[in-house]
Amino acid sequence: MRFVDEFRDAELGRALAGEILSIVEPGRHYKVMEVCGGHTHSIYKYGLDDLLPANVELVHGPGCPVCVIPMGRVDDGIALAHQPGVIFTCFGDMMRVPGSDGSLLDAKAAGADIRMVYSPLDALRIAKANPDREVIFYAIGFETTAPSTALTLKRAKAERVANFTCMCNHVTIVPPLRALLDSPDLRLDGFVGPGHVSTVVGARPFEFIPADYGKPIVVSGFEPLDILHGVHMILRQLAEGRCEVENQYKRVVPYDGNPRALQVMAEVFELRPHFEWRGLGFISHSGLKLSEAYADLDAERRWTVPGVRVADPKACQCGEVLKGVIKPFECKVFGSACTPERPIGTCMVSSEGACAAYYNFGRFAREREVV
Amino acid sequence: MADAVSERERRVLDIIETVRAKRPKFKDAAITMAHGAGGKATQTLIEGLFVPAFGSEAGAVMADAGAVGDDLAITTDSFVVSPLRFPGGSIGELAVNGTVNDLAVSGARPLALSLAMILEEGLDSDTLRAEVEAIAAAAEAAGVEIVAGDTKVVERGHADGMFLCTTGVGRRDPRASLSPQGLRPGDRVLVSGSIGEHGTAIMLARGEFELAAEIESDTRSLWPAVEALLDAAGPQLRCLRDATRGGVASVLNELARASGVAMIVREAAVPVHPAVAGAAEILGIDPMYVANEGKLVAFVAPERADAALAALRSVEGCEAAAEIGEVRTEPPGMVLVQTAFGGKRVMDQLVGDPLPRIC
Repeated sequence: MRFVDEFRDAELGRALAGEILSIVEPGRHYKVMEVCGGHTHSIYKYGLDDLLPANVELVHGPGCPVCVIPMGRVDDGIALAHQPGVIFTCFGDMMRVPGSDGSLLDAKAAGADIRMVYSPLDALRIAKANPDREVIFYAIGFETTAPSTALTLKRAKAERVANFTCMCNHVTIVPPLRALLDSPDLRLDGFVGPGHVSTVVGARPFEFIPADYGKPIVVSGFEPLDILHGVHMILRQLAEGRCEVENQYKRVVPYDGNPRALQVMAEVFELRPHFEWRGLGFISHSGLKLSEAYADLDAERRWTVPGVRVADPKACQCGEVLKGVIKPFECKVFGSACTPERPIGTCMVSSEGACAAYYNFGRFAREREVV
Repeated sequence: MADAVSERERRVLDIIETVRAKRPKFKDAAITMAHGAGGKATQTLIEGLFVPAFGSEAGAVMADAGAVGDDLAITTDSFVVSPLRFPGGSIGELAVNGTVNDLAVSGARPLALSLAMILEEGLDSDTLRAEVEAIAAAAEAAGVEIVAGDTKVVERGHADGMFLCTTGVGRRDPRASLSPQGLRPGDRVLVSGSIGEHGTAIMLARGEFELAAEIESDTRSLWPAVEALLDAAGPQLRCLRDATRGGVASVLNELARASGVAMIVREAAVPVHPAVAGAAEILGIDPMYVANEGKLVAFVAPERADAALAALRSVEGCEAAAEIGEVRTEPPGMVLVQTAFGGKRVMDQLVGDPLPRIC
């Protein structure tokens, strides 16, 4: 595949790994957080840990859209899905996220009409094909997916599709990063910045990280060479005593983002005063809802959702995993009570979740070398 | 970081493996689509409910075909694919080849099939006629006869056009001594051609993705491939599986568990058609988990591996056959991948299939 294979070249990978080894100080332990779940997935999928020096540790961050959805919001979605006449649509990995009493997949087996879609436009298409049904799209994701939801809502409004609504769970990336950086138990040397989010917001919004917190951040792509290159750029900043925002993913990410995407988001959404994050609690101005102009398309206004806040299960340590405070296997229920087939926490659900990635791909330590 | 494995991590990994080694219990309140996907949920259903009830060993029920008397093998399979027709095949062809292949990979030459049809009220006669013709043609190509049948019709909305069920009988080839428990460290893993084509063709045929690519289902009888392997390796051929639902990855995991061995797969050696690789990349799916309907995985003792591969490649439709990995000892029950990029990772069983009703 052109434009893909070039970034998976094993020889270049080995060369880059050698470069990385040559700039780390022996005896110093480096902790680098990859913010985005897409990076976590790639790191495990390609076995990138095997190519990094032992003293460079990758810590998994909060940027997994499914992982940050709190239980109460899942319950609200299930309540909507059970409304008579409703077709409830969502992305596939949302279906297995546990609410306080089962997941959307369980609700589907119990009779709710829940359909997996790959794009919000598919949900709108379902609405147009079923004018006698109410179609709800359960929107999740950071700024990466928010513009496509916004465009879909714009189209629904322009085409006056009366039976289409959206339950908006979109979140923004900067507030949780700030919350993370304010956390006293954080010991990180730098960040691999989120590539997909940055295609929309650009690299500029991350300038507060070096400016206010003194940590370097390198916005990086998702292919294995991209990630190694991003780590190399962070380590080089540290070696040279620099601390700034750098953009490894220039082939896709403009420094100031995508103005049209930002503009359509501003038109359709507004910030909620606060939004609950799984494991991280309430964070101010971190969630989006539909603006007044789009109130008619807001599922939370068309129906009454229970809106009950459900505390995370006691045993679950997703919050600490999302903050990078503990590694997945350090969670009390990892792999025993909480597995991909029976997840307790969200991090075990999505393929981008740190626990699922570790369980599915990384559950093999080097000391147990294949013989 | 990984070589600084802490005591704690090792302990957790041990606990996980202990949990996974236990016979799974079926505790779900209702059947979900995951139970039909061929991954962990299916395994739980079979080992946790069917095997205890039918009083047979896990190996017998999990096998592709069961033994009747000294030299006969019997198997059964049902087909609910949507859409009924897709590039490269249709439900009728699958219904023949699927059952023929279950016999073939258990080392039995397919002889005869029975065919049960569940038809939905309102099904277009031309559609039915086309499938009957497809069944007849596939049966002739595979050298089997349809010797018994049954027809049921259900009300509109109670079946999606048609569901088919075939049962097949075959005669065991005396050279075959195949067993899922028979894998030995050092055995080589072969696949009979490029993988993931059936599942990808179905996915694209459903038109849910607005993707188009020239990919056809690989549905075909595998008996010629099995015969070539038996000729070349005889008793050195340890085990065969057709890699249907859940793909090659699921087959490897199932057998690693059954034989208590490890496997290592060299990702770069796995044959994948560029169009399949491209579609899988866009959809975020690993071709190793995508269904095939005419590809087998063979485990061969190392001394006969080259001969077996050469024999396989001489069979029509298996020209792209390749050796993709080998059987090891540690860690037992686990399948590992040497990634093309140079790292290593686990290749686990599928939890749920993103794509239901592929066969």
